[in-house]
Amino acid sequence: MNYRMAAALMSLIGLFVSAYLYLYKIGRIGTLACGSGACETVQTSQWSRVLGVEVALIGVVGYAVLLGVALAGLRPAQAERRGPALALAGLAGAGVLFSLYLTYVELFVIHAICRWCVGSAVIIVTILLLALLELRRVGSAGSAATRLAGTA
Amino acid sequence: MAASPVGMKRFYGLLAAIAVIGVGLLGYQLAKPATVSIPANVVVQPNDTAGFHGYVKGAESAPVEITEYADYQCPFCQTFATLQMPTIEERLIKTGRLRWRYRDFPLQQHPFSRLAAHSAACADDQGKFWEQHEKIYEGQPEWAAVRDAGPIFRRYAQANGLDLAKYDACMSAGKYAGRIQASYDEGVRVGVSSTPTLLVGGRLYQGRFDSDAITRLVDSLAPRTSAR
Repeated sequence: MNYRMAAALMSLIGLFVSAYLYLYKIGRIGTLACGSGACETVQTSQWSRVLGVEVALIGVVGYAVLLGVALAGLRPAQAERRGPALALAGLAGAGVLFSLYLTYVELFVIHAICRWCVGSAVIIVTILLLALLELRRVGSAGSAATRLAGTA
Repeated sequence: MAASPVGMKRFYGLLAAIAVIGVGLLGYQLAKPATVSIPANVVVQPNDTAGFHGYVKGAESAPVEITEYADYQCPFCQTFATLQMPTIEERLIKTGRLRWRYRDFPLQQHPFSRLAAHSAACADDQGKFWEQHEKIYEGQPEWAAVRDAGPIFRRYAQANGLDLAKYDACMSAGKYAGRIQASYDEGVRVGVSSTPTLLVGGRLYQGRFDSDAITRLVDSLAPRTSAR
């Protein structure tokens, strides 16, 4: 299992978490399995929408794009290219910043923590770490190849 | 590093397993029966209606009373509640000229009318009837076409600051199913057949109304004593 594979698996899990929250938000699912009312407090607050768009829907789209990029980066022709790893790191970085903002709102504005949101935050941070490790790997493989070419 | 064919096979197997589990769990959540349903045509018990004659807004001393028979899922009722009522409230109810009585008349063709009426009744238990009433009408486009409106009404209850444990208990018990049925039966008895219908001084007014028409009606029944 390489870093891109792990990132793809994490993205798929994140996609399901976001889809679950979105289906709740649009009234297709009853109560959230949360253990407390905190998830509903967060999901029903005014901060559950950003610029008129449901945060959960942003999550669904974001994770779907991450999954697509991770899968595309697994194709043999892309496996050693830096582009997919850079795209993964960029997208996941943006996701982490967004998660940081949402966590700040949960802690200091709404004063309620949604476990599913925490789960999503852990997933996006993990994807970012995997993308950074992949960037390092591709970078060092590239330098080794350059060195090899230089000695040939 | 490109993965070996065996590694790729394992990876896709794992990806497919997660996809199947995820879709299965979401499908299970979607297929679960509606969280709460309020039965229609229940036998009305005497204590269902004891001391209750609708939700009232306005001064006891107001010279005119209008009883509205309405259905939360009826589009005309929604337009009336959201566009006309605020003006009626400012112009007539708050000035002490009109008392408004709201009665449920859930039409059979609307699957969530009774649930909405019951949600508002449970909010009334906690002194938040009008807040829930307004949220339900304002949100009609959001909930009218969903599979289960219960969670959306619950969300409104939460936004209105209701104690959700008490609200859930009230909804699950169908505490006000009889009262809603009694309100409907009473509407039928006085001749209501569509919504919204207004009952004013023993006369029924059906159709679409606006705040100007209501003002003229109130003016005709209780002329103003001084120019405002």
